[in-house]
Amino acid sequence: MRILVVGGGTGGTILANNLARRLVGEIRAGKVRLTMLSASDQHMYQPGLLYVAFGQMAPDQLYRDQASLLEPSVDFHVDPVERFHLDRNQVKTRSGKTHEYDVLIIATGARIVPEEVPGLSEGAETFYTEEGAIRMHKRLKEFQGGTVAMVISIPHKCPVAPVEAMFLLHDFFKARGIRDKVKLRYHYPTNRVHATANVAKWAKPEFDNAGIEYETLFNLKEVDPVNKVVYSEEGTECKYDLLIAIPPHRGMETIERNNLGQGGWIPTDRFKLTMNGHDNVYVIGDATNIPVSKTGSAAHFEAEVVAENIASLIKTGIPVREYDGKVYCFIEAGYDRATYNAFDYVNLPDLKPPSKAIHWFKVAYNQMYWTTVRGLL
Amino acid sequence: MSQSKVVDARNTFCPGPLMELITNMKHASVGDVLELLSTDAGSGADVPEWVHKVGHELVSNENVDGVWHIKIRKTK
Repeated sequence: MRILVVGGGTGGTILANNLARRLVGEIRAGKVRLTMLSASDQHMYQPGLLYVAFGQMAPDQLYRDQASLLEPSVDFHVDPVERFHLDRNQVKTRSGKTHEYDVLIIATGARIVPEEVPGLSEGAETFYTEEGAIRMHKRLKEFQGGTVAMVISIPHKCPVAPVEAMFLLHDFFKARGIRDKVKLRYHYPTNRVHATANVAKWAKPEFDNAGIEYETLFNLKEVDPVNKVVYSEEGTECKYDLLIAIPPHRGMETIERNNLGQGGWIPTDRFKLTMNGHDNVYVIGDATNIPVSKTGSAAHFEAEVVAENIASLIKTGIPVREYDGKVYCFIEAGYDRATYNAFDYVNLPDLKPPSKAIHWFKVAYNQMYWTTVRGLL
Repeated sequence: MSQSKVVDARNTFCPGPLMELITNMKHASVGDVLELLSTDAGSGADVPEWVHKVGHELVSNENVDGVWHIKIRKTK
């Protein structure tokens, strides 16, 4: 049995380690071979980028060698897939090698495409890349007053990130002693301050208390970086002194090039996590088109379900679980308070009042993540 | 040629049905009709409000056995 994992992010790494442990006997006996192909020898803790933008984490704290995170029985190669031949159970890599598989797991993630919004790359800061987060921190440190506007394009990773960023901006300028010189303006695509009703219900009074202004039904159309104006699809505009943007995302280029899914999102069964029409191909994390948050948390829980099912299929011929839509995300509510958003396909999120305890747990989790991807937590 | 597509956002909370609709609308062509399926109680009002503000056409909006079926034609 040849199991091939394409992608070495959160989902792919948790899945590979989980499978390696469940199938330790089969791998030792030579009955199962577990291979991972990734585009990088480094693994980034992406949620840490928000902290880099506010000077609370250093960029090098976000990385580990990918090989150091994997069980030794995982055959790891830095050699991204260029061609998927699903009809032949083969992939072809950048180096020209062909890998055959019996079971394929696609965990290639998502990428930002700021170039899809005119003027965005020139006019806005973002914390969705290491370079961007460092530059945003520099801009925030130099800022002396005026309007800081947040604009959001969709789809994007981490649906609560824009809310967190607003609370951190409030505390950042408060700590610098210039909060009274800064107008914070938040623009959101749907009718409320967050697409999830209970997050919006919690965040709105928190915004009011912090003096954060907001405009809803604002879908980012274009940025005029010369005159510092941002325009919405709905016909409104906002003049800014510093623009912070959540850029639009797509699935990875290799997914689009191989016509596996519109926008790079692969049509996936929301319960089985198999690619539609391909029972031996699983898709996890940001690469799916299922209507759940694009977050490491979703990738984590999906990876555990798929690993358990593949192992069970090998051992008994029967899968044992379905993905229930589980997601758990921390929400930073400033420098020293946080809450969390937990839900599945049936149960609505029910946010608790923010507390210092949850904030410190999040700070701890920023380090504990490395045990999560090793499959230990 | 115009196409029809179903966006099944039943039993989803984050990012939620309207976000799923807007995301799919970006990939649609002018003239295409998207049918959003949603179990979110607020969709019956929230979605038409967005459609009206952005200027698309609301084709139909009905609740069948607790599921909102909302058809929208992309106009720009």
